Amino acid sequence: MRQSNTYVIVYSAVLTVILGLLLSGSAQILGPRQQEAIALDKKKQILGAVISAEEIAAMTPDQVNEFYSKRIASSVVDINGQEITEGGVTAEKVEIAKDYKKPADQRAYPVFIYHADGNPDDVESYIFPLYGAGLWDAIWGYIALDTDMNTIGGITLAHAGETPGLGARITEGEVQSRYVGKKIFDESGELVAVQMMKGEGKDYSSDEHKVDGMSGATITGNGVNNMLKAYLGHYEAYIKAKSSSTAVAGL
Amino acid sequence: MSAETLEKAIAKKPAEALLSKRRKKLVADPLVDENPITIQVLGICSALAVTTQMQPTLVMAISVTFVVALSNFVISLMRNTIPSRVRIIVQLAVVATLVTLVSEVLKAFAYDMYKELSVFIGLIITNCIVMGRLEAFAMGNKPYDSMLDGLGSALGYSWIILTVAFFRELWGSGSVFGIKVFDFLSGLIGPDFHLATNGLMVTPVGAFIILGLIVWVQRTKTGYVEH
Repeated sequence: MRQSNTYVIVYSAVLTVILGLLLSGSAQILGPRQQEAIALDKKKQILGAVISAEEIAAMTPDQVNEFYSKRIASSVVDINGQEITEGGVTAEKVEIAKDYKKPADQRAYPVFIYHADGNPDDVESYIFPLYGAGLWDAIWGYIALDTDMNTIGGITLAHAGETPGLGARITEGEVQSRYVGKKIFDESGELVAVQMMKGEGKDYSSDEHKVDGMSGATITGNGVNNMLKAYLGHYEAYIKAKSSSTAVAGL
Repeated sequence: MSAETLEKAIAKKPAEALLSKRRKKLVADPLVDENPITIQVLGICSALAVTTQMQPTLVMAISVTFVVALSNFVISLMRNTIPSRVRIIVQLAVVATLVTLVSEVLKAFAYDMYKELSVFIGLIITNCIVMGRLEAFAMGNKPYDSMLDGLGSALGYSWIILTVAFFRELWGSGSVFGIKVFDFLSGLIGPDFHLATNGLMVTPVGAFIILGLIVWVQRTKTGYVEH
């Protein structure tokens, strides 16, 4: 049977409207749930820089939210380390991926402060977001600095499309633990960050600025290096300001 | 016998049992004899891509089953109204809607899985099994039969990818469903007992090897030869 053109056109139009309604309806219904899931995922990533993945995996969503609200304070700073308060920006709302497209001096830089339970002044570490390019797609993460503003307390890394078993290993706890205890400033106070080296299996425990690489994933490793260097650079003013104030407080 | 005459022959009979012999065959055939992956060699792309671990593979299998069974059902309901000139587009629109629904639901209720599988869920649209069953069966058969046919094909797909994932995760990461089997064994037998994981299994090459072995075993047993 050969249908008329009118039939085909009307049929297609009706079908499109029905399917469109179905999709927009489901997006409306599921939207809030999805936003919650995304926000929770972000909190898990931030917490991942200071507590282990197993501990986070053991928490229910409510526990994650509770832990986060008790232990994390946040602020937003600009490239000069000055806090941004106008415009109602909050650290959780800043979208690093979107901001990444702007010039470095126009971005908003969120800072997450991990503090003792119920006492925001008793800071344990400062958590900064990271964002950059891996081999295939974006990579991002969070890095925690101890209160000396020099020693890395922990790092979480994530990726959009690195090769499974090779570059995707940046998400593994073992790879991330290589960064713990490394320093980002050299003796002269110059920001050198931490370099992931080529090759795997060497011992870099005596070098404060180098970590063992991932075999077969040198380009992803370089991406992590560039990302660390870039974002620690963007936060350098803030980091310097904080480290001098704690140094004074320490005297 | 074409699909249309087959349908007429059935329609004359009084009500057929809900799970008659013929209907059971619709589900059972694609499991082994007409398996979409090992015999028809369809849906290989996702079979290679998602099978590094059991858990995402299971989610993928459930998603594909949902999409294939339901799209077969819906298209079969619409089959007499679909203008033949735009039938592929109509099929695609229905499949794409279902796939988007699956993706949205995962995003809301299993965000970790969504992150891991997002691209591959979207690619269910291009899975040849889906369109293949719509064209070959749903366009010419009744809704319930079509749904069973889709279910059969999807289950045939599912058990193969789950088997592949089982061996890939076991040999590649030393675990099953994330439970560290290799570490457990070393703990049980002693620290000297150490099983090394094979990095090849984590790459798509590993999936090809396992898939090849499954096809080999299956064809040795069934005696199937390519004509």
